[in-house]
Amino acid sequence: MPEPTKPQTAPVKMRAKNVNFYYGSFQALYDINLDFATNKVTAMIGPSGCGKSTFLRNLNRINETLRDTRLEGEITLDDENILDQDVTAVRRRIGMVFQRPNPFPKSIFENIIYGPKINGMLKGKNAAEIVETSLRRAALWEETKDKLNESAYALSGGQQQRLCIARALAVNPEVLLLDEPCSALDPIATSKIEDLLITLKHQCTIVIVTHNMQQAARVADTTGFFLLGKLIEHDKTEVIFKNPSRKETEDYITGRFG
Amino acid sequence: MRQLEEELKTLNETLQEMGSLVAQSIHRSVMSLVEKNEDYAHQVLRDEARINQLEMQIDDLATTLIAREAPVASDMRFVVTAIKINTDLERMGDMAVGIVERSLAAMRQPELPLEVGFTEIGNLVESMVLTSLDAFVKRDAQLARTVLAADDAVDKLRNTITKQMIELMKRDPTSVERALDYILIARRLERVADHATNVAEDVIFMVKGIDVRHRNLPE
Repeated sequence: MPEPTKPQTAPVKMRAKNVNFYYGSFQALYDINLDFATNKVTAMIGPSGCGKSTFLRNLNRINETLRDTRLEGEITLDDENILDQDVTAVRRRIGMVFQRPNPFPKSIFENIIYGPKINGMLKGKNAAEIVETSLRRAALWEETKDKLNESAYALSGGQQQRLCIARALAVNPEVLLLDEPCSALDPIATSKIEDLLITLKHQCTIVIVTHNMQQAARVADTTGFFLLGKLIEHDKTEVIFKNPSRKETEDYITGRFG
Repeated sequence: MRQLEEELKTLNETLQEMGSLVAQSIHRSVMSLVEKNEDYAHQVLRDEARINQLEMQIDDLATTLIAREAPVASDMRFVVTAIKINTDLERMGDMAVGIVERSLAAMRQPELPLEVGFTEIGNLVESMVLTSLDAFVKRDAQLARTVLAADDAVDKLRNTITKQMIELMKRDPTSVERALDYILIARRLERVADHATNVAEDVIFMVKGIDVRHRNLPE
């Protein structure tokens, strides 16, 4: 039986139990057990191909869109297995932001309102209010309030990524998954996103995959290290970066891996 | 070799050079005292400049390494430890200078009677310094713990010397100047032992990632 995950810093929002994942006959994840604490930022780090993004993409069942994949085990949200639930409902509760900003070829306003509209959340609600609230939560309101009807493509890369975060927030997700959200951004835009994550965690539970270890060290409450499809160690971020328990973690974060 | 490895290696070697120089100064200061050897005393005075130079060099290497490499885990613990040990070593160097200044004065005067001699406390202090540096070089937390255990014995020896000198000054006012020198020397040797203890505590942090300082503090 694999080790239970530590640490317990807050009640568990999501939990992966004995998760194995296969691309065809290739096993990409092995017996992952990982708890995501409520209103905390959990970072997942590891070398390319270690399975961290694959694992993240299972957390809102995006991998199901790929052919010939198989997931074993259980992923719970508030103690209920998301694999048994309606996938659209799951993805409304668990939002996702990708590596490269991917706004729709529409106005800023329409980008934000798209999710609430298709989820039937506009009834009796003011669309403009949802747009403003979402942009404010993503710290983008001041920069966009006078050009809401302009194309999202007119924004800078960093603003586009915050727009994508605002778009994800518009449907009030309980969990926000981010797959290397700053890898295409400059340090200033990165810093804004990091500040945003630290603010946002009070409203939702955040899971971030990052190649930037200093980013994990700065924003995450707990950090998990993946290697070759296995979760090697998950602990408080300060423990991981000051005194990790496992040699594999130490070798990776100090750059002696391989 | 990667740049990080190069920088860590340079820092480690420079710190070892500093440690070795300070250990020699402590040894010579004790010998100048016990053997009334002026050459040893003058060598300690000459080496102080090099120790000070190394202190600045080590701080510069460590801060550059932090700025350029943002070290984590054992590398971070090593760099933090290097900065702290550096300060303790430089202070030990200052203490060695303080000891030889007094021993140069004392060796020109008739010797005072000591039940507990400077040989005893000097050897113990020197052994603490060498062991703490050995523990640093070997990354040996167990060895470092033996240094912590020795600190109380040095305190006791120092107290014995101090009490003895106070008694002597009461009985023989002509001995006051020399007795004060002896008290100062004992005090400085004890301070060296304290710095060696700090080094040993830092080595335990570096190796094990645990803080063993101030264990008797209330929760």
